Amino acid sequence: MNALAIARDRHLADYEGFAARLGKEPALVAAIRQQGARAFRRQGLPSRKLENWRYTNLGPLAKLQLGPASPNLQSPATASAGLSLGDSVARRFTLHDGRFAADRETDVTQDEGVEVQGLARLRRTAPEQAARLLSNTPIDEHPFAALNTAFLDDGALVRAPRGIFDERAIQLVVAAGAYPDPRVSHPRVLVVAEPMSHLTLILDFLNEGDGPGFTNAVTELHLAEDAVVQLVILQRERAQHFHIGGVFVHQERGSRFSCHTLSLGGALVRNDLSVQLAGEGAVSRLRGLFVAREGTVADNHTRVDHAVPHCESHELYKGIIGEGGRGVFHGHVIVQPDAQQTLAEQHNLNLLLGEKAEIDSRPQLEINADDVRCSHGSTIGQLDAEALFYLQSRAIDESGAREILTRAFAEEILAELPIPELRTSLEPVVAAELAGLQGN
Amino acid sequence: MSDPQNSEIRGLLDREYAYGFVTDVDEDRIPAGLDEDVVRLISRKKDEPQWLLDWRLKAFNRFLQMLDEETEPTWAKVDYPAIDYQAISYYSAPKPKAELESLGEVDPELLRTYEKLGIPISEQKRLSGVAVDAVFDSVSVATTYKEELEKQGIIFCSFSEAVQRCPEIIQKYLGSVVPYSDNFFATLNSAVFSDGSFAYIPKGVRCPMELSTYFRINAAGTGQFERTLLIADEGSYVSYLEGCTAPMRDENQLHAAVVELVALDDAEIKYSTVQNWYPGDKDGVGGIYNFVTKRGACRGRRSKISWTQVETGSAITWKYPSCILQGDDSVGAFYSVAMTNHRQQADTGTKMLHIGKNTRSTIVSKGISAGHGEQSYRGLVRIGRGAENARNHSQCDSLLLGDRAGAHTFPYLETLNPSAIVEHEATTSKIGEDQLFYCMQRGLSEEDAVSLIVNGFCKEVLRELPMEFAVEAQNLLGLSLEGSVG
Repeated sequence: MNALAIARDRHLADYEGFAARLGKEPALVAAIRQQGARAFRRQGLPSRKLENWRYTNLGPLAKLQLGPASPNLQSPATASAGLSLGDSVARRFTLHDGRFAADRETDVTQDEGVEVQGLARLRRTAPEQAARLLSNTPIDEHPFAALNTAFLDDGALVRAPRGIFDERAIQLVVAAGAYPDPRVSHPRVLVVAEPMSHLTLILDFLNEGDGPGFTNAVTELHLAEDAVVQLVILQRERAQHFHIGGVFVHQERGSRFSCHTLSLGGALVRNDLSVQLAGEGAVSRLRGLFVAREGTVADNHTRVDHAVPHCESHELYKGIIGEGGRGVFHGHVIVQPDAQQTLAEQHNLNLLLGEKAEIDSRPQLEINADDVRCSHGSTIGQLDAEALFYLQSRAIDESGAREILTRAFAEEILAELPIPELRTSLEPVVAAELAGLQGN
Repeated sequence: MSDPQNSEIRGLLDREYAYGFVTDVDEDRIPAGLDEDVVRLISRKKDEPQWLLDWRLKAFNRFLQMLDEETEPTWAKVDYPAIDYQAISYYSAPKPKAELESLGEVDPELLRTYEKLGIPISEQKRLSGVAVDAVFDSVSVATTYKEELEKQGIIFCSFSEAVQRCPEIIQKYLGSVVPYSDNFFATLNSAVFSDGSFAYIPKGVRCPMELSTYFRINAAGTGQFERTLLIADEGSYVSYLEGCTAPMRDENQLHAAVVELVALDDAEIKYSTVQNWYPGDKDGVGGIYNFVTKRGACRGRRSKISWTQVETGSAITWKYPSCILQGDDSVGAFYSVAMTNHRQQADTGTKMLHIGKNTRSTIVSKGISAGHGEQSYRGLVRIGRGAENARNHSQCDSLLLGDRAGAHTFPYLETLNPSAIVEHEATTSKIGEDQLFYCMQRGLSEEDAVSLIVNGFCKEVLRELPMEFAVEAQNLLGLSLEGSVG
């Protein structure tokens, strides 16, 4: 048996133990969990023979002897971790190893606007509602979403009620705890934006330990008519941590969604972002910045499904790959038959900064309607020699010049971040990451 | 953008494939089925040396293994019922009346066939200045201008003849670019290939005329499995053209060819194809399955291979002419226009494998999809670890005519060297209303306006074609398009 199959069986054995520990439970949620386990058993850990995983080697992940994480809500590290944006900018909550812990604001106050609560509580108080919200995960296409579903326990539910416009963003710090041995957690975030609501959500992923570990996250968003959601995903895990994240978005008529994914750390970061444009006039704006360095892999997969006419999608992903790093971009835009008047654009720009840096880019278009405007582009290159020369002629040394140009490359993504405070607090973080990347 | 009820356009919708006739000749064919005896029989008919038979048998065994492992490729975005490889006759040749001494002795029926197709194989037409090797079903029936070419040391003949004349060259290069185990269809071809063209251009020779092969499938229930091998020795140049047609039948016929090109130091090969196999009728009945493996190796420094293809025929096209850029400073190019109408499906593209330093490649792919046509560009650009300063630019545009047509783009860009510059861009749209309006208000009919715009869309590719072919290709595009406007 190969490492992938062994790892699959280990996860399934853990699942049996986990389900037994939970004991008696509302049948609805237990059934969802079982479906997840079955779907994961069927698919296992995907091998590189599968088209969507051909550039992602899960061998190193499979070799980890992962045990289930045991959340410690009093962890002192978590309280101080995460970006500090200030109370007036963002309300902050924490998922520690997938367990919901309200930080600073322990009570869920409805009149405040956007509601944030633990999924475990929802499961107890309104099992039917919980089951309805949790049963849309695409577990048959995404083995790791299936695995997450099998371990469904707690998580965060973010609900923006009808017509609400909350000035303050929601910051959700999703932390993996520090353990002496490798552990896996399965954080889950559910976002429901009701008609005409407006929500800004920051998912701040990090880990506390220096050793290897694995975060297997699932985030689902449902945007009702005319809802506006701005999502920012920060991935700042340390060098030995694995992160696999599925973000599944469903957009109704006239809704607007934007997503910024900043993948700055981790041994392997794999993002699957899937957007379904299911109502006319829906608009999606996807932005990504990924950084890979010696021995690390940043792997981004996006899928935009234009199911109905008159929708727009705009996609821009930028990769910065340092010496010995590897970046992957796979964008897939599908225009269904009859989805006329679609406007879809997809761009992937990559910078290779050192020896043995590798980038694999697959921008794909699948178009089945004729009255559309679709385009994609992908480039791979280096810092412009003339720009470097120019800066040096202005008395900036070479490494300084490289740093300026690399930051400028990243700036296009950062400049579009939704909240100014977020931009200012992230810029030094990104700059520090990029400074470590410069080759010669 | 237009009224689909327009009677003029409607009338054109039913326009038929012009080359769909059948030639009535006696055939020498072997019964349908594939086993080791068939492979031996083909080899015997060709009077082949033992090493070639052994090579075929190796391929045959590998093919059996592939059938067992079910490795027939399914990744392409094409849809067809499973092929029964036992139902195909693997060899069919027009019966020779007698040993051929000159073209005058070629079966007049065959000559008439090529005349109808507009292919100059009779000596009278030598003014056209193209040397032609005509392949009819499984064998080559005639090659023109041989003597003249031989004066310069150029060998241009049928593959079977080359096996007899210069076995050492064949043995050296056969399978060196597309190995017998390369892929499902190439392996089948390696086992049962019957004929094809061979050309060798000696050192420093610039081939004085275009070389051309014209493939014709005539017999029913057969497949065509030809193999082309082209070698351009140091400092030589050759431009090679390939054309194909087949009768209209309501069965699907398999065409699984292999083309291997080798360019040594400073050599240049320009390979052009106008593919017009029978595409099936408008409901998708019949037509050729064109499953072809084409690959060129730029072995030498500063060598250059360019593929130009105009794909208007075939029910299904599965074809990826590729370049292996081994030599330093070598150059690869791929120019393609693919047109799918009615129920045609095409999954085509290229692979550019950069291995040597300072290698460059260009990809220009234009897809036009009309009716229920499905069209995919699938291409790989791979910059190897040692390919310093490699450069690639790809441009893949699709034009959609009709709201049931599909156009898909699947590029793969793999870059392992940080000094590479790789660019890919693609657009998909329909003909702009404003463009049409402009043309029409200048007095063009809608049909002419569309044709003008489509020709403009394809221009970058068409101008790469040799003169004679460019004219033919433009007419073909016009023909294939008619009836799809609206």
